[in-house]
Amino acid sequence: MRRRHVIAGAGAALVASPSMAGESTRIPGGLPDGTRSIARFVNLPGKRRMLRLTDRPPNYASPVNVFSDVVTPNDRFFVRYHLDSVPAASDMENWSLSIGGDAVQRPVTLKLSDLLDLPQAQVLAVCQCAGNRRGLVEPHVPGVEWTDGAMGCAVWRGPALRDVLKAAGVKPEALEVWLGGADKPLMEGTPAFRKSLPMEKALDGDTIVALSMNNAPLPLLNGYPARLIVPGWTGTYWMKHLTSIEVSTQPLKNFWMQTAYRVPAGLFPVDKPFVSQATETTVPITELVVNSVIAAPLDGEEVERSGFTISGVAWDRGAGITRVEVSLDGGRNWLGALLEGPLGPYAYRRFSFQTGSMRPGSYRLMCRAVSQSGEKQAERMKVNPGGYHNNVPGAVTVVVS
Amino acid sequence: MRWLLVAALVGSMGGAARADEPAALMSGAGADATSANCNACHTSDYIIMNSVFLTAAQWTAEVTKMRKAFGAPIDDTTAAEIAAYLAAHYAVAAQP
Repeated sequence: MRRRHVIAGAGAALVASPSMAGESTRIPGGLPDGTRSIARFVNLPGKRRMLRLTDRPPNYASPVNVFSDVVTPNDRFFVRYHLDSVPAASDMENWSLSIGGDAVQRPVTLKLSDLLDLPQAQVLAVCQCAGNRRGLVEPHVPGVEWTDGAMGCAVWRGPALRDVLKAAGVKPEALEVWLGGADKPLMEGTPAFRKSLPMEKALDGDTIVALSMNNAPLPLLNGYPARLIVPGWTGTYWMKHLTSIEVSTQPLKNFWMQTAYRVPAGLFPVDKPFVSQATETTVPITELVVNSVIAAPLDGEEVERSGFTISGVAWDRGAGITRVEVSLDGGRNWLGALLEGPLGPYAYRRFSFQTGSMRPGSYRLMCRAVSQSGEKQAERMKVNPGGYHNNVPGAVTVVVS
Repeated sequence: MRWLLVAALVGSMGGAARADEPAALMSGAGADATSANCNACHTSDYIIMNSVFLTAAQWTAEVTKMRKAFGAPIDDTTAAEIAAYLAAHYAVAAQP
């Protein structure tokens, strides 16, 4: 009980200064009025100037200006918890990872040093909440009303999950890997947050147990000391404070797999369906959809008449970005943006566009991306009850005076 | 070392103002029951964040979800009181 007060208290105590150059100062428009009334920029222990949605459970978005860079700094990386039970760093002092289940040869418990003895893999990858931009969906749907900022891109480093699983020995009949973390529900009747992965994704060499983030320990609120990294998949599978893995011959049946985080079957493209969790009507939300965001200029900003630079990032589920276009007139005309070199299939790809001189007036700037596989951003929201996968091009309005 | 620093920071904030005191829910019949039950697991900001766009029926469904899916120990009478409060203060009129 003490911990939650501490974290929540920090949000209230340290309301961030609104006068920092280059920083978003506006609560994003398009969010529900109620959301706008409670959202504010706050500092937290280990986090700087985050857009607070809720303190308990903790849900904080990155301000959009953070996406001016490919790598999201640890102290600006978004925070998302379902349950009010964030472990303290001191709770993690004797951290260990148990590996069991009916599809392993021999259950084992690994210490941090065991994981550090394994070959270390590294991936630059986007972690994006399935509900990113839910708050901008019209008509609004219930849930945490996220802006663009429920995502980030970091360098994740640690052993590949497949190397970790070797310690226990995976049987050929394994179907899923079940994941558990140290955050536990407060109420007896609340389902513990557990998720599963199909074996194919679990054994992919890019699926790693991260022990570091951007060459530093993971921030507590991002899963210290170990978090599963599932590149190309939505954040819900990226188990924080990872403490237990069960390799099973059965599909995991719980609220978080069977009820939450599901989308209508066939609505969104996926390369590799999660067959063991699919039904005829719905499938678990898994792979990211192609998307992009403008990080500069900021909404409402006054820009130079002589011209200005539009920049931001684009990403997808691992095919890579081939093209980003920007519009200066609310989507009527589109122009190709300059792409910076790719930094990996799962990373943000930075784009920029230099305008010519502009007549005074108000301009509605937009961006849209195309992936290597030809996937484009949706023109209209693909309506689904969870408000997931909102990749309709967003807009920022700037003024030339 | 970084973690020691963070732990120290967290420790030093034990006496800070608490943001998880129930936020300013609108006053009215059922407000106390709503705060008392809902705040066991989340701040009232969750309610305000989800306003005003849900219908009364959608708020009732949210209360049911909290009981059935999340195991909130709320009896039928209290649940009805909470749903009525949310409908009265945080709901839009149902679409015709």
